[in-house]
Amino acid sequence: MTDRPLTKNIDLSRGALSLKEYVAAGGYAGARAIANGLEPSDVLERVKNSGLKGRGGAGFPTGLKWSFVPKSDDVSIQRYLVVNADEMEPGTFKDRMLMEGDPHLLIEGMIIAAYTIQATRAFIFLRGEYFDAERSIAKAIAEARDSGYLGRDIFGTGFDFDIVLHTSAGRYICGEETALLNALEGKRANPRAKPPFPQVSGLWGKPTIVNNVETLCNLPGILAYGVEWYQSLGSGGDFGTKLFGVSGRVNTPGCWELPFGVSIREVIEGYGGGMQEGYALKAFLPGGGSTDFLTPEHLDTPLTYTAIGELGSRLATGTMILLDDKTCPVGMIGNLMKFFAHESCGFCTPCRDGLPWVDTIFRDLESGKGSFKDIDVLKDHVGYLGPGRTFCALAPGATAPLGSGLRLFADEFAAHVSGAKCPYH
Amino acid sequence: MAKITVDGVVYEVDPANNLLQECLSQGLDLPYFCWHPSLGSVGACRQCAVIQYRDAEDTQGTLVMSCMTPVTDGGIYSLAAEQASDFRADVIESLMTSHPHDCPVCEEGGECHLQDMTQMSGHNYRRFDKQKVTHRNQNLGPFINHEMNRCITCYRCVRFYDDYAGGTDLSAQASHHHTYFGRFEEGTLESEFSGNLVEVCPTGVFTDKPFSAQYTRKWDLQTAPSICNGCSVGCNITPGERYGTLRRVVNRYHNEINGYFLCDRGRFGAHYVNSESRLRSARDASGMSVSTTAIEERISEFTSEAVIGIGSPRASNEANFALRSFVGAENYFSGHSDAEHEALQVLIECLRDAAFHSPSVRQIEQADAILVLGEDVTNTAPRIALALRQSVRNEAKALAETSRIPNWQDAAVRELAQESLSPLAVFACGSTRLDDIATTKLNADQQTLIEASNALSERLAGRSPAYSQQTLGTTMQSVEATYTALMSAKKPLVICGTGAGAALMRCAANIARALSVSRSEVCDLVLLPKEDNSVGHALLTSKENTLSRALGRLANGEVKRAIVIENDLFERAPTALVKNALAAAELLVIDQIETPTQRYAALSIPSATFNECEVTKVNYEGRAQLSFQVGEGCDAAKPIERWLNVEGSAHSNSMIARCAAEASDFESLIDCLPDPLGRIAGLKVPRQSHRYSGRTAMHADRNVHEGKQPVDDNSVMSFSMEGMLTQKDSSVLASAWAPRWNSNQAISKFQAEINGELKQGHPGVHLIKRSLNGQAYEAENSVNKNLGDFEIRLVSHIFGSDTLSSHSPAIQKRLCDAYLALNKEDALELGLANGDFVSLGGAEDSIILPLIVRTQTPSGVALVYTGSSALGASINPHDLPESASLARVESEPSVHPTGLGLSNLVVNDAYSGAH
Amino acid sequence: MQQHVIASSSTNARLRARDLTAEEIAEIEHELTLYPTKQAVGLEALKIVQRHQGWVSDESMLAIADYLSVPVSELEGVATFFNLIFRRPVGDKVILFCDSVSCWIMGCDKVKKRLSEHLGIDYGETSAGGEYTLIPVPCLGDCDKAPVMMVGEKMHRNLSCESIDSLLPLSNAEGSK
Repeated sequence: MTDRPLTKNIDLSRGALSLKEYVAAGGYAGARAIANGLEPSDVLERVKNSGLKGRGGAGFPTGLKWSFVPKSDDVSIQRYLVVNADEMEPGTFKDRMLMEGDPHLLIEGMIIAAYTIQATRAFIFLRGEYFDAERSIAKAIAEARDSGYLGRDIFGTGFDFDIVLHTSAGRYICGEETALLNALEGKRANPRAKPPFPQVSGLWGKPTIVNNVETLCNLPGILAYGVEWYQSLGSGGDFGTKLFGVSGRVNTPGCWELPFGVSIREVIEGYGGGMQEGYALKAFLPGGGSTDFLTPEHLDTPLTYTAIGELGSRLATGTMILLDDKTCPVGMIGNLMKFFAHESCGFCTPCRDGLPWVDTIFRDLESGKGSFKDIDVLKDHVGYLGPGRTFCALAPGATAPLGSGLRLFADEFAAHVSGAKCPYH
Repeated sequence: MAKITVDGVVYEVDPANNLLQECLSQGLDLPYFCWHPSLGSVGACRQCAVIQYRDAEDTQGTLVMSCMTPVTDGGIYSLAAEQASDFRADVIESLMTSHPHDCPVCEEGGECHLQDMTQMSGHNYRRFDKQKVTHRNQNLGPFINHEMNRCITCYRCVRFYDDYAGGTDLSAQASHHHTYFGRFEEGTLESEFSGNLVEVCPTGVFTDKPFSAQYTRKWDLQTAPSICNGCSVGCNITPGERYGTLRRVVNRYHNEINGYFLCDRGRFGAHYVNSESRLRSARDASGMSVSTTAIEERISEFTSEAVIGIGSPRASNEANFALRSFVGAENYFSGHSDAEHEALQVLIECLRDAAFHSPSVRQIEQADAILVLGEDVTNTAPRIALALRQSVRNEAKALAETSRIPNWQDAAVRELAQESLSPLAVFACGSTRLDDIATTKLNADQQTLIEASNALSERLAGRSPAYSQQTLGTTMQSVEATYTALMSAKKPLVICGTGAGAALMRCAANIARALSVSRSEVCDLVLLPKEDNSVGHALLTSKENTLSRALGRLANGEVKRAIVIENDLFERAPTALVKNALAAAELLVIDQIETPTQRYAALSIPSATFNECEVTKVNYEGRAQLSFQVGEGCDAAKPIERWLNVEGSAHSNSMIARCAAEASDFESLIDCLPDPLGRIAGLKVPRQSHRYSGRTAMHADRNVHEGKQPVDDNSVMSFSMEGMLTQKDSSVLASAWAPRWNSNQAISKFQAEINGELKQGHPGVHLIKRSLNGQAYEAENSVNKNLGDFEIRLVSHIFGSDTLSSHSPAIQKRLCDAYLALNKEDALELGLANGDFVSLGGAEDSIILPLIVRTQTPSGVALVYTGSSALGASINPHDLPESASLARVESEPSVHPTGLGLSNLVVNDAYSGAH
Repeated sequence: MQQHVIASSSTNARLRARDLTAEEIAEIEHELTLYPTKQAVGLEALKIVQRHQGWVSDESMLAIADYLSVPVSELEGVATFFNLIFRRPVGDKVILFCDSVSCWIMGCDKVKKRLSEHLGIDYGETSAGGEYTLIPVPCLGDCDKAPVMMVGEKMHRNLSCESIDSLLPLSNAEGSK
């Protein structure tokens, strides 16, 4: 038993555990539970009961997602498991740690997920710039294959399973699961319409589950230590642990595995060591670049999907980006808008043509050329690019910091226009 | 049917469709860009947003994209809700941010879907004051202009060009707001359907290049409903005319034939009517011009002794019928080559046969297993090839149905089905342009094709076929695969054409008959003739009256006079035979263009082109269609029937009536004429739009007095803007226009439902009654060929293998030299490489052609493309031996190179490497 | 039997494919064993060629398209979609400089300015000697060590103007690009 099932093996001062070391540390116990006679339906039931939610950002219940794969005894129907390891959300640095630090945990999680949906083949869609993770995972896959943990009849279950490690070439939109599928098929990574969902028509039109790295890393613990243990971790309606991170002007920025329900203050002031001298916390994005700003008054909120949701923001990736009092909020939002505008895939109109307009306005504000009319245009775009308007969630994600920022920092926006320059410069 | 409520009004709709389509079917104005009636939905543009309410209690509603929303029974929606209309205004504002607003100089102006939608969506005040994104344009060849700055990134172009038409050289590139639609490198768009980009693009990114060069605004064009004369499909077109010249051709919707799309031969080939090749005045043998009175006198006395009339597959029913009644049926001869004439007899027998059904293009799209025998359909009847590209997607649609994905979810269906195709077997000699979607390809010489066909018929008849030793392997596999596919299909289809020859056509008929017998149902059989009125001409000609008989009677002096209409006999029979016959005769030639036949004519007389007269033609199905006069063209030209001045020829209606009354099989031709009740208050239907401008001034360079508009006594249409546009008879609907809808998308206002029939039904009548209970043809015999000789097979090209279109200046830029093709191994054995000259037969006067290596050419076969007569650079296909020995020679080829070389050739199997 | 769609069916192409090297072919062949379609290997093949050639030229594009029997225009659509496929020549060392939000908060603009001054190049440019190309990159996922940049495959973390001064000249990890 452990209270850090995701990171107990991770020590960044040394390399990742080899397969032998990982097994010695109790690894592949979850996979062995399968070998001991767990049926796919049993695993599904356990994962459902565990209350595990996807850690990629949307927080969708994992077991429920899996259950949408059409039930069929026909093993000739190819199913795929795809790992979304295209970590590229601004301010997010959690999956990197898992993949570099303990790749066998991911592989074990993949084995469990693949067995549950009877996917004989998996693809890890890894961000192209993550060379260290690539080396770490490739080595682990080779070890697992050599030990018969991957390949034919794994763990004597009669189940064949192998993994292909695919590295991308830099595109945020590939983190959108259907865009990711198009990229894996060698196509332009435009998202696909949903429905049909990937569980029905996914990779090469076959039933496919796409899960985030951290989500899968939760599975070995659930199988090894049980649902009860898992639910004992965390509070406030969310179970298990989560990687929480802090970046910005804190004394010890970093990423830590903590139970759900820990307060924001504890993370920022405790683990993060509090603000650096001379800097005060002005606001923060609680879960990466696509979340609404929260302010110091929210510091005592517990970190759960529900609690953060009730504040009008989202827990999302759980990696907080702190805005301090010496940094221009308009500049920070502008930086995010430049990112989103550039990373728009170009498929749907509001995102493709709306975000560049927003981006340009921020550049104008920054250089003192902005107008109050421009600020009105920004406000209009918050609604225009919002949820349900666009083809996927990229532009709605952009409206989270934009909309909340326009509300919170109205004075700063106005000062950029009236002073015809950035007041922080 | 489902009932939905839209803005408080209840509508009955088809639940199989999406909300946008159903709203448009109901005549509602809802703006859209990326959705297209033939391309389905992808949800990219977000312009068609509406509000969907959960139930009657729901006052808030949810914003949804109507194109991505299935209609559900009891559904409640609003188009007018502020939330929806505001969002639509935002979308159009976004789309227009980088648009250049160059409408005054844009070819699309006035018929621009983007203009219409901008107005409809209520974007009239521009807030965007930042820098626009700009792009570099590409030279996309002689047909299409490229102006990327106008692009609104709706993705329709690539969805049509690649997904729908199977093109491979246009793609979406880059991303975010730099997304670009173009080729990898500058160069001519390769697809035979590239011209549709002009109509598919909702704005002016892709425009018609030949039209640009002689541009006229849409509303200043005089138009009339017309029929394409590019091949035997009979696509409905709308030519536009101004100042007496044809300016452009656009698609005219016909839900059973061309739908929304044309091929490039049809769209750009029609410009031959303005070309230098037009025969613009009558002249005698010495080249002196002859007055109209003199011609009329000469013609009227021409029957003082026996006259042979040689008809034409590119002349109308009325012209051919007039010639037949002028010379007498016994003296009226086929203008087809003997081989084509024989093949057409098979075609007509099959059209009469109750075992078969000749499917429309729309019905071809519904076939779920197809055999194409011996025909490269893309190069002979291109619109049907485009239909076949849809047929093979029926497998994808069936898969989607089982996964409960609606068919209109275009991207989702493709993502699900990936490369799954309905079976398409292509049995042909050499590569065809449908090979990329063929699930079975038998690539073989004529002998093997016949053998395979016979085997397939046997197999379908429940007998076990005999295979020869050489062909056992691949042939048997192909036959077996095709057998299984055809037998397990819901709607099997067999396609062959006269280009494949009578022998293979009989084989195709046998296969279809065997299918029909074993499945106890009528079988779809398409037999494609080469030209636009091949069937009409063949129906008017007696079986015995072959061209060679006519030539023989002239050569031996039995008959001394001949009239040839719209035909170059040097394309129909061996040169020596034609020369002998023509040299011995006193010859009248009536034609639209100048041809080598006219060198032998005592009198060459100009005839009216397709856009200068009102006539009927019969397509491959036996469907007769009426084509209206568009405008006044060449002053000296008249329709042939009027030159011949036969009874009834003064009026096209009476000529059609007479043809219907007198020619067997033509009884129902009379039904082609527009319904007199279709006209409002008896008014004529104007050919000019209500915005037609400049009428008082357009001839002021010749006469400052405004001339009287030409009167058309001949037609229900007038050369005028006065009158009433038809709402009642779709056969006289040339240009669709509706309030707020100035682009071609206005057609939805005239359709009973989207993609359905036009509200007043479709023009065209099937002439032939299927009353024959035919028999299987005798199994075909083998082909004779000397050992070591190469079998010579002709290949067709969409640009160049058709007489009239080859005179179009735009098409001429796409032509290539005559060539002979061998596969790599045969070429190597003969010591030949690309560009070498090859002699056929090795005799002194033998034909010499440049070689191109085409890797898919069956071994022992030489494919020959005979070049284009329009450039004076063709060989007479009838001078070619059936087989010949080949040798490399240093002497010049038989036809002078056009300077175009082979660089325009678009084939799937060109070999560019060295040996 | 599925026929191959050839890269260009017209005989008038101006550009010609170069020959892929044996190493490139071997690596592409390996990727082909991992995916059910040739199209899926497109991006992999682009990356392989880029690893060997530094960038992907038009001639390389044609070569890959030919080798995989995919239309070159489609491959171009993929190549130009991704940020890290270089369709223009780049320097020996490619510097991916993170300019996303955490690095920006931590002052990456100043660091970038210093780097630019040192190298004499701005974003998208290659230094005169062809040694460096500087490219902005979205969040490199090392935000607790911001500002960061990647040179070749090597991460450089906790950057400051001073550390830039001491880092230059930069070297690629394992001598590869």
